[in-house]
Amino acid sequence: MGSVDWVQWLAFGILTLLTVGGALAVVIDRNLFHSALWLLLSLFGVAGLFVLLNAPFLAAVQVLVYMGAIVILIIFAIMLTRRMMGISETVNNQWWVGAIVAIIAFLVIAFVLAQAGTGAHPLLVREPLTTLSGRTVTDLGIALVDPNQYGLPFELASLLLTGAMIGAIVIAREDD
Amino acid sequence: MVPLTAYLVVAAFLFCVGVYGTLARRNAIAILMSIELMLNAVNLNLVAFWRFNTTDTNPLNALQTGMAGQAFTAFVFVIAAAEAAVGLALIIALYRARQTVIAESADSLKD
Repeated sequence: MGSVDWVQWLAFGILTLLTVGGALAVVIDRNLFHSALWLLLSLFGVAGLFVLLNAPFLAAVQVLVYMGAIVILIIFAIMLTRRMMGISETVNNQWWVGAIVAIIAFLVIAFVLAQAGTGAHPLLVREPLTTLSGRTVTDLGIALVDPNQYGLPFELASLLLTGAMIGAIVIAREDD
Repeated sequence: MVPLTAYLVVAAFLFCVGVYGTLARRNAIAILMSIELMLNAVNLNLVAFWRFNTTDTNPLNALQTGMAGQAFTAFVFVIAAAEAAVGLALIIALYRARQTVIAESADSLKD
């Protein structure tokens, strides 16, 4: 168990570095195209963390949908608006307010987490309540289409995607 | 096993970076990317809480919601895809109409 723990911490550290570093570079990098590539790195880190959390299906979806589709879409939009990449001012003149808000928000969340994780009755579990079996993907698949669970939301999600697709085409279409 | 708090701190940091990017960046596409970061932070939180708190994932048990965390995350993926498609279409329409993707210059409702 001890060596498994060590490997998990190492993987967690590397993936955290990818996620956090990539995210910081997304908001700091002046070149928008580089930002999109950093976003790819950050999303990959999150996919790795999903694997560590026994959610392999979501990790695969993260790679396919986020890294494969959404980031490509973003890169398309950057290319289509290429003239805007040369602007030197990347942040507005209220950027310091945004920075203060973000730092305060993080400190508040970290303080609450520190409070909840200690004391006689810690609110946060330190160890998972179960060691999951290997069939969580099957379980997720059944849960998503089971009419007593997420069958209706699942169908509504397809409806939403269709609506969003038609809406996007209508909005982006050239007037003729 | 890496404790739940570690995942929550990473997610909180990711979310706050996204908040900063959304508030500070001028380019609308950069704002959209920051929103994606925030959505990812939420996803990470959902999956982490699911992993640590679920007791039984078998969906065939009566009234069992053991896969709730992962199912919610799957729906957040759907929302994120829809949001990105419509958002980028709006940005391209804005660029076509005003030759800019700077968020502050889209202020015609102001005057």
